[in-house]
Amino acid sequence: MTASLTNVEVDYRGRGRVLGPVDLAIGEGEIIALVGPSGCGKSTAMRLLAGLEQPTRGVIQRQAGRGETSLVFQAATLAPWMSAAANVALPLELSGLDRRTARARASEALARVGLTGVDASRPAQLSGGMAMRVSLARALVTRPRLLLLDEPFAALDEITRRTLADDVLALWAELKPAILFVTHNVEEAVYMASRVVVMTSGPGVIAGEVAIEAPLPRPAGFRATETFRAAAETVSALLARGMERAA
Amino acid sequence: MKSLTAIAIPLVFIALLLAIWETVCRLTGVPAYLLPPPSQIGVSLAEGWPLLLSSAWNTLFTALTALVVASLLASSLALLTALSPVIERAVQPVAVTLQVTPVIAVAPLVIIWAGLDHPERAVVVLATIVAFFPIFSGAVTGLKASDPDLERLFDLYGASRLQKLLRLRLPSAVPFLLEGHKVAAGLAVIGAVIGEFVAGSGGAQGLAWRILEAGNRLQTARMFAALFVLAVMAALLHALLQMAERRALVWWRGR
Repeated sequence: MTASLTNVEVDYRGRGRVLGPVDLAIGEGEIIALVGPSGCGKSTAMRLLAGLEQPTRGVIQRQAGRGETSLVFQAATLAPWMSAAANVALPLELSGLDRRTARARASEALARVGLTGVDASRPAQLSGGMAMRVSLARALVTRPRLLLLDEPFAALDEITRRTLADDVLALWAELKPAILFVTHNVEEAVYMASRVVVMTSGPGVIAGEVAIEAPLPRPAGFRATETFRAAAETVSALLARGMERAA
Repeated sequence: MKSLTAIAIPLVFIALLLAIWETVCRLTGVPAYLLPPPSQIGVSLAEGWPLLLSSAWNTLFTALTALVVASLLASSLALLTALSPVIERAVQPVAVTLQVTPVIAVAPLVIIWAGLDHPERAVVVLATIVAFFPIFSGAVTGLKASDPDLERLFDLYGASRLQKLLRLRLPSAVPFLLEGHKVAAGLAVIGAVIGEFVAGSGGAQGLAWRILEAGNRLQTARMFAALFVLAVMAALLHALLQMAERRALVWWRGR
């Protein structure tokens, strides 16, 4: 077990209950997709797992400690005044690693996400897809045990999105972190995850789970298989039912 | 070609205005102490050139000194408020009250405090007061303007308060600081002129003093000449700072 939420509830002042009760466990090296409508508490669940927010009630357990959890947001969230390599090296430098070693490891991480020769480039000089890769490299440079992706591809075009999804799976095969990623996209969820968790809003609870019975990383043409289609339909049905109930 | 037109249009407009002005003065025979024709202002400018230039340098030097002092004071105070919410709560109301008090009303007090024998000091203090606020509020806003998701990442990576300040909040504040300094530079010139007016003595031999002096002697053409030099100086300073701001932003953003 890498991390878990047990009976977790979150109340916001003025808004009442926004999440819970929720039970969610992420196993070692597991990839979980969290899908659901906007405002169903997906991002809150993610911040709880990252330790950036505290629950009102319930228990959060994290095996992955500080420095072993990484987070990628919908936007690349890079510091514009730093080079790509400096952005990637930041988590290492903040944890006290010397600058030269940190930069060397940042270069390696950039190469691993398919970016070479951009070490000195500033975020503004990179395309959206490249900036997202830099963000991914920054998340991977600490060799995390838990990787949290908050709608990481939402702002990208379809082709870049699919390429990055494959890249994330390839990186997962290499480093085997547990991954929890939030998405609005059912197909992306089914393609990338070993388990899809569907949430509904008002307050955010888990409406159901669908296990995707196919080995990871997914073979080429997986999107055309019956397994993929059936899983996507089940997830869509769960989402639709959840939305009806919320309405 | 486009930029040439952009420069030519205002120049032609100004030439037209001057021509109308000159013609009206000559046709109506309005006395020169009331409204001197541009040609006479030009003569006055040519004759008084060395004195006007040294006066302009005095005013500019006062404004720049004030800008440097204001920059140091405002940035340090903003940094203190960023470090402690208690300091921020204590300082903000005082800062706002001082800001809305017209500087001209404070001037006589400053002149007494700075010493009646040193009007130039009083002028620097007054210009500093005026230049202080845009830098201070820019810095305070800028220090709070960092990307909340980047802040979350810094928290996730266990950054200390100092690391967050040095590596996130200060760099995030750069565009706001640049803007604040640009506005402050213009205001520092205004502050210097107000200070010189209120000090009202030959101790501070700036352009405002030249205007006062010429006004007292009804040398209206000289007043206009000094005013012209003042306007050109302020415009040049503004253009210079705007260019510096643009360059600095390119460096900050990398593009």
